[in-house]
Amino acid sequence: MTSPLEQKKIKIAGPSVVTANRTWDGIVVYRTAAKSWSADLSEAAIVRNSDEAKALLAEAVADDVGAIGPYIAPVQVGADGKIEPGNLREQIRRTGVTIGQSAQV
Amino acid sequence: MYAYDEIDRTLVNERVSEFRDQVKRRLSGELTEDEFKILRLQNGVYLQLHAYMFRVAIPYGTLASNQLRALAHVARKYDRGYGHFTTRQNIQFNWIKLAELPDALEDLAKVGIHAMQTSGNNMRNVTSDQWAGVAPGEIEDPRIWSELIRQHTTLHPEFSFLPRKFKIAITASDHDRAAIKIHDIGLRLIKNEKDETGFEVLVGGGLGRTPFIGKTIKHFVHGRDILSYIEAILRVYNQYGRRDNIYKARIKILVHELGIEKFSREVEEEWQHIRNSSLQIDDEVIEDIRSRFSYPAYEKLPHMPDELRQAAADPDFEAWRKNSVAPHKVQGYSIVTVSLKPIGAPPGDATAEQMDALADLADKYSFGEIRVGHEQNLALPHVAKRDLPALWKALDKLGLATPNVNLITDIIACPGLDYCSLANARSIPIAQELTRRFANHELANLIGRLHINISGCINACGHHHVGHIGILGVEKNGEEIYQITIGGRADENAALGNLIGPGVKFDEVADVVEDIVEAYLALRERPDELFMDTVRRLGVEPFKERVYATR
Repeated sequence: MTSPLEQKKIKIAGPSVVTANRTWDGIVVYRTAAKSWSADLSEAAIVRNSDEAKALLAEAVADDVGAIGPYIAPVQVGADGKIEPGNLREQIRRTGVTIGQSAQV
Repeated sequence: MYAYDEIDRTLVNERVSEFRDQVKRRLSGELTEDEFKILRLQNGVYLQLHAYMFRVAIPYGTLASNQLRALAHVARKYDRGYGHFTTRQNIQFNWIKLAELPDALEDLAKVGIHAMQTSGNNMRNVTSDQWAGVAPGEIEDPRIWSELIRQHTTLHPEFSFLPRKFKIAITASDHDRAAIKIHDIGLRLIKNEKDETGFEVLVGGGLGRTPFIGKTIKHFVHGRDILSYIEAILRVYNQYGRRDNIYKARIKILVHELGIEKFSREVEEEWQHIRNSSLQIDDEVIEDIRSRFSYPAYEKLPHMPDELRQAAADPDFEAWRKNSVAPHKVQGYSIVTVSLKPIGAPPGDATAEQMDALADLADKYSFGEIRVGHEQNLALPHVAKRDLPALWKALDKLGLATPNVNLITDIIACPGLDYCSLANARSIPIAQELTRRFANHELANLIGRLHINISGCINACGHHHVGHIGILGVEKNGEEIYQITIGGRADENAALGNLIGPGVKFDEVADVVEDIVEAYLALRERPDELFMDTVRRLGVEPFKERVYATR
C-alpha cells in the first residue's frame, strides 16, 4: 500500500483537516491540534497550506494504532469559526447515511 | 441443505482463533495496518466510510433457519440491527467494530458460517441459482458442483494470491438466474449425447470499468474433469494476468487481449498436463457430496389445493402470488421469492427481526431452508401450495410481501456513497425515489418485467451494465451525475446496455426513468411486449429522443 506521504505532491485548495477511521471500532475521527483524534469535527486541527497539511498527515500516519487510512479532506470554515465538511462524501461521513429507513436505527 | 463434516468445522473454528490472534496483535500495535489489511480482507473485513464492513459468505445462496437466526444475532448484537444482502449471495454488516469481530465470527462458526472467500484477490464465494435443486427442468442440483469447487478452492494457496479477485457462478437451468455470463468463469451444467453430466465453460465475463460478456471456451467438459479444467484456466491467468495494473488485472482483460482462441489454446495445453492427475474427480467424491445434501420428504399434494383456490378471490394475494410464486419440481409445492424491496426502503436490507421471523416461517413452511439470490431477494424453496395464503399473510405483516418481484421496483443497487469508500455517488436514495415513483402496483404490473440496476461507481457492484435500465453514478466537478443505459440483461441472453446520452443530475434521474418508461408504454406493439423486446426492436434512439427532447 502506498503511504499517503509518498504521494508526490500534497496540494490543498483551501482549509482542510486530516480524517481517518478509529482502529478499534472504525468510527470517523479527525486529527486534533493536541496530537490526538476526535470524533467531533469542531475539534479538528485546520491546515491552510500544503506544508501544514503534510506535517499534520505525517503525524496522523505515525499513529497507526490510533486510526487507519488517514487523508486530507476539505472543509469550510464559517465566519463564526464553525467547521463544515467540504464535500458530499465528507458530509455523509460526518452526519451519516442519507437514506433513512433501517440504516438510521 | 448441505451437512458440513468435521474437516469443515475444524477449518472454520481454527480460522476464528487465528483471526482473534491477528486482531489482538493489530490492536496492540504489534501488527501495522499495512501488515493487517490483507489478513482482515481474507476474513471479509473492509473499511468503509463510517466503519468496518463485515461481509459473510452464503455459499451458493443456501441458508438453514438456524444460520439465518445467527445472522440476525450478529446484526443485533454487533451491528445496528440489520444486514444488507449483496449481488453475490453474501450479507454485509455495515457498522461492526474490529475489536468485536472475532466474537461475531465465533458466533457464526457455531452454525457453520464464515467470511472466507468474500474479499481479497482469491477465489470468491461460488454462487449459483437460488432455485437450485427445486427448479423444474434442471439438469441436476448445481450446488453439488458448487460445493466441490468450494472445497477445492477454499484456502488453496494457488488461488489465494491471484492477480485479482476471481468469481465463479454455476447454473443448471435453461434460464440463467445466476448471471454466469458476467463472471470470470461461468459454468452451465449440461448433458452430452451419451447423457453424461458436464459443463459448458464460459470465461472472461465481468463488469466494472471494462465490461465484457463471458465467452464459451469449451462446449463440453466432463464433470470428472471440471476441477482440472478450472485449474488450467487459473494457471494461465496466474501466469499471464496483469499484476502491474489493477485496472487490467481481471481475467476478462487477459481473454480480451489474447483473444478467446489463443487463450483457449493456452488453457488446453495446460489442461493436458494436469487432466489425468489427482484433480480428476472420482464418482465416489461426487456421490459423497451429493449424499450430504438433504432434500425434504415431500408429501403427495394436489396441484391446486382448496386453500389456494379460495385465496385466489383476494386480489392482493393474487398480485403477490403472480410475481412471487414460481413452479416447483414437485407437484403441490412452490418456490416463493421474498421481496427485500419494500417501497421507499434500501434494496436488499433486512432487519434482525425480519431475519428471525423469516427463519421461523422457513421452519414452518419451507423445511427450515432459505435461499439468497443475486437480485438481493430471499426465497423459500419448498412451500406447499396449500400454505401459500397463510405464508403470504405472515410475510405481509413483516413487510416482506411487496408484490414487486421482477417488476420495476425490484431494483438492484449497491450501497453507493452512503456507505462505500469507493463510491462517487449515491445509489440507494435513487432506488428509494424510483420505488416511490412506481409504487402503484397497477402501474408496475402494466409495465411488466423491467429490471433497474444502480451502481454508485464504475466498479459496478449494482451490475448497472446489465440492467434493462442501468444507472451509473459518477462525480463531476463535485456533483453527482448519473449515466443511463438501456438494453442490458444478465440472463442467458446477457448483453451490455447502451448509453442513451449525457449524464443527468441526482434530482433528474427519476424523471428520466419515468420518461423512458412512458416512451416504452407508447412504443410497445402489444401489452405483452416486454421493455427489453421493445428496446431490441427499436434501439436506443426513440428513448434518447424522449429523454433529451426537453433537456
